[in-house]
Amino acid sequence: MYVAVKGGEKAIAAAHALLAKERRGDPSLPALTTDQIREQLTLAVDRVMSEGSLYDRDLAALAIKQARGDLIEAIFLVRAFRSTLPRFGYAAPFETNAMAIRRRISATFKDLPGGQVLGPTFDYTHRLLDESLDGEAPAAEPARKDASADEASPHVADLLGQQGLIEPNPSEDSSAPVGDLTREPLAFPAERDLRLQSLARGDEGFLLALGYSTQRGYGRTHPFAGEIRMGSVEVHLMPEELGFAVPLGEIVVTECEMVNQFKGSAESPPQFTRGYGLAFGHSERKSMSMALVDRALRARDLGEEAVASAQDEEFVLSHADNVQATGFVEHLKLPHYVDFQAELQLVRQMRRDWEEAQRKEAAE
Amino acid sequence: MSEAPSYNFAYLDEQTKRMIRRALLKAVAIPGYQVPFASREMPMPYGWGTGGVQVTASVLGADDTLKVIDQGADDTTNAVSIRKFFERTAGIATTTHTSDATIIQTRHRIPETPLREGQILVYQVPIPEPLRFLEPRETETRRQHALEDYGIMHVKLYEDIARHGHIATTYAYPVKVDGRYIMDPSPTPKFDNPKMNMCPALQLFGAGREKRIYALPPYTNVVSLDFEDHPFEPTTFDRGCALCGSEGVYLDEVVTDDRGGRMFVCSDTDFCESRRDGFQQAGGTNYEARR
Repeated sequence: MYVAVKGGEKAIAAAHALLAKERRGDPSLPALTTDQIREQLTLAVDRVMSEGSLYDRDLAALAIKQARGDLIEAIFLVRAFRSTLPRFGYAAPFETNAMAIRRRISATFKDLPGGQVLGPTFDYTHRLLDESLDGEAPAAEPARKDASADEASPHVADLLGQQGLIEPNPSEDSSAPVGDLTREPLAFPAERDLRLQSLARGDEGFLLALGYSTQRGYGRTHPFAGEIRMGSVEVHLMPEELGFAVPLGEIVVTECEMVNQFKGSAESPPQFTRGYGLAFGHSERKSMSMALVDRALRARDLGEEAVASAQDEEFVLSHADNVQATGFVEHLKLPHYVDFQAELQLVRQMRRDWEEAQRKEAAE
Repeated sequence: MSEAPSYNFAYLDEQTKRMIRRALLKAVAIPGYQVPFASREMPMPYGWGTGGVQVTASVLGADDTLKVIDQGADDTTNAVSIRKFFERTAGIATTTHTSDATIIQTRHRIPETPLREGQILVYQVPIPEPLRFLEPRETETRRQHALEDYGIMHVKLYEDIARHGHIATTYAYPVKVDGRYIMDPSPTPKFDNPKMNMCPALQLFGAGREKRIYALPPYTNVVSLDFEDHPFEPTTFDRGCALCGSEGVYLDEVVTDDRGGRMFVCSDTDFCESRRDGFQQAGGTNYEARR
């Protein structure tokens, strides 16, 4: 009797041992290597890097393995590691115009400088299960473009901007300090830098649903996919003592620029407006959803009436982080018997009061 | 792959601790006021005590003795896990005895043994904002605190009385601190509220996910909200602990069988164990299997 709450320490150790065994699965099969995950589950790695806010393919692959493929758990592992890393500086803003493009499409112009480049996309695959993948069939060698044929690929939004048809990007003062919600607690109202950071770390599913809701009329923004580009960019750091930028390496990012209708206001003429999304790796769904939500959250800046959830920055930013969300939802598993006892007492008392009232009523 | 990571004393780096200590000092200077702080991602989930862990890590010294309780018990799984975390990352001494501890991290209880000067009680807080369930917007609740505009809380309590004849809040029962700020005592049962008032120990509250710290300096006036004609009533039990016989303590109800059998035992396991030997030698048990 009365053993239920005893032995927590032993139970935890036993649970961890069982977890390790489950993770390994059937020991007669070869163990998955983190190299295989890094090379073959690349989109999972990309998502973990994006929402984990740490560009490290090896650590993301390790986290996916350790989390048994649960990506939110893997993101959590990466975040917990990231928070222990010292900050030695902030990278200089990188220029996605100079991206080495692997994929670049525009839904607003049939052809444009730099061309449409489909790249590695699921878009036009027929979703038929391919049983030949259940083996070692080698992939066919893809076609290669002659490197000398590369031409500049200016941003679609900038092409519109030359004619004043789209709002200009905010001033390009790159020396202005940029907020960092991992160093300062988020306060409302939040400026766009912090909103974008929050969305970039935010849960893909949450942003997808919110972006979708704007398309269905809850805060409609009339979006066009002006451009989606994916490829590698070089990251530079400007150490103060050196006074010039030092390249740190290349990262792959996916950028989405939505072009949205805007009727104009007393201050601004009718013109297109922008929604922006950027994510590590090849994360198209994420960056598109982010761009939709970014635009929706600009309602206040653009003098639009904020009526839908996707336009409500306290609602969106307070609930976008899946590590926070999963922690608080799952904490309901922790013991709550002290509070529950208090509630039990209250319900019993209220039932007594209710029964007494019923009796009195019946007697009258 | 990178080499095994090595962590600082009590996990957090010193700069982070300094940032948290600054927030703590501000919190102590303005009792009951919620100070925003740049909460870090911890290696345990949000909602499982990350705020309390960060506060503890920031005030912990090498010669401290730490006690961790969850629901009043030292051996609940999460208390075990947090205690082990500090044993591993700080190598400090731990105890289950309230009187031996210099720092006590708690989830949802205040120990039955009265705290003394020099001790620190660190609360884990899920939702620090006492007005949150009346007003979901942070921008609005911050304004209400700034203007001491607590009308919605009084209306809520009044409506409780109008509907039920009493205030229908049994835990996380709001308090007024030093006559100024309304504060959430974390989801401790209201039974524990009187222990916060004029407590000789320093009480610190950490909410990691919500990024807020607040504090009660020693000997702070803490009043549970009520009305003159409906004074605050702490929860009482009509029996003592079945294991140690203590009365006037908070009891957990333990289901003993599937025929309605119940027993009530101390929620504070350390207190219960220290009282049990004498009680059982005297041959006493008030085990009750209720209906």
